[in-house]
Amino acid sequence: MNGPHDLGGQMGFGAVAPEKNEPIFHADWEKRALGLTLSCGAFGAWNLDESRHVRENIPPANYLSASYYEIWVRALETLLDRHGFVMKSEVDAGHRQVDPAVPKRVMKAEMVAGILSTGGPCSREVEAVPVFAVGDGVRTKNFNPSTHTRLPRYARAKTGVIEAVQGAFVFPDDNAHGKGENPQWLYTVVFDGPEIWGEGSDPTLTVSIDAWESYLERL
Amino acid sequence: MHDDDHHHHGDHDHGHGHNHAHGHGHDHHHDNRYTDMQARVKALETVLTEKGLLDPAAIDAIVETYETKVGPRNGAHVVAKAWSDPDFSDWLKRDATAAIASLGYTGRQGEHMRAVFNTPDTHNLVVCTLCSCYPWAVLGLPPVWYKAPAYRSRAVIDPRGVLAEFGVTLPEDKKIRVWDSTAELRYLVIPERPEGTEGLDEAALAALVSRDAMIGTAIASTTVARAAE
Repeated sequence: MNGPHDLGGQMGFGAVAPEKNEPIFHADWEKRALGLTLSCGAFGAWNLDESRHVRENIPPANYLSASYYEIWVRALETLLDRHGFVMKSEVDAGHRQVDPAVPKRVMKAEMVAGILSTGGPCSREVEAVPVFAVGDGVRTKNFNPSTHTRLPRYARAKTGVIEAVQGAFVFPDDNAHGKGENPQWLYTVVFDGPEIWGEGSDPTLTVSIDAWESYLERL
Repeated sequence: MHDDDHHHHGDHDHGHGHNHAHGHGHDHHHDNRYTDMQARVKALETVLTEKGLLDPAAIDAIVETYETKVGPRNGAHVVAKAWSDPDFSDWLKRDATAAIASLGYTGRQGEHMRAVFNTPDTHNLVVCTLCSCYPWAVLGLPPVWYKAPAYRSRAVIDPRGVLAEFGVTLPEDKKIRVWDSTAELRYLVIPERPEGTEGLDEAALAALVSRDAMIGTAIASTTVARAAE
């Protein structure tokens, strides 16, 4: 979707403001927000792609004025409500009102180290051979789905070169919507800066994205 | 009067502390329910705990992990080893996930690592324009600026301008390569080894590598990197 999250090349946000000696957290609630997001992810009720898509669906004015942990909390409330664990009215009330859905697991303290050090690999074995090879010229597709995609707007309908074949990975455009993992080959595609940004752009710049095979057409 | 119209995005990084006047029904930046994040998150935690869906001690363990165990010192160790050991450096180029795992750094947001090496010709810069993808296993949690619109919007179109805001000026003819983390690959920049560091061991070298140098918004230097980064 062409949501507020798709920020590459937008203007007007001002200077980057690195904070000297930035603390890891700026408030206690950020610690809880991190922990809640990871704990509830362990329910196994939704995947990373669905959670990203829920964040993208936060209305633009809210998304752009929220801190990232606030974005996480808003999305988590939507996911918990959608999957039957916590209704938003329960959060408003601050207490349990209805029985929840049954999660695949609840993250106990003793499980944390194992879960964090294992992570959740998204690479998959596929039978298909990759369509493209290193050095091939490709053109990214021009599309504007209202659903989840990881092809940024700035990199659509642009000509680039396959720099690496990275293996097969879960296809987020499907996985975000419960249509299955449908893994595809993933490629690093590099573009010259002027191909993307046009007249007056930095000739020393190249930009790469990691693109699933169905985002690409042979030149 | 309400004060929505002069809400500067430079302030937006701190989700707490918004102090809008409400009550006119046209607050287009916030739902009222999100004006007090501390209370909102506490309510969520309470309901989840009442339902048996949450072990609050698990949150403590997660927070402790990223406060004390998983942070940019991990990545600095990887860089120092790459500078000191040509075989390890080659391994990083071929299979960064395995090479980094050999030092004990694995797991969440480090499952599929790629190491990109700065050279005299090319400077590398990492961004996630679409969300906040970041190599947690080697750098810990991302700083606020990395997740904020200014960096995410400009890194791909004006990287030299962004670098200037970090106090970094590259030679005009140096190439800049920006890596937009649009998939599940996570990028670690291996900075150029500073001049005059020939005699240093791995621990001393690691102290020269800041978090920002491994994102690409700084260069490694003989000034010791701040431990807090």
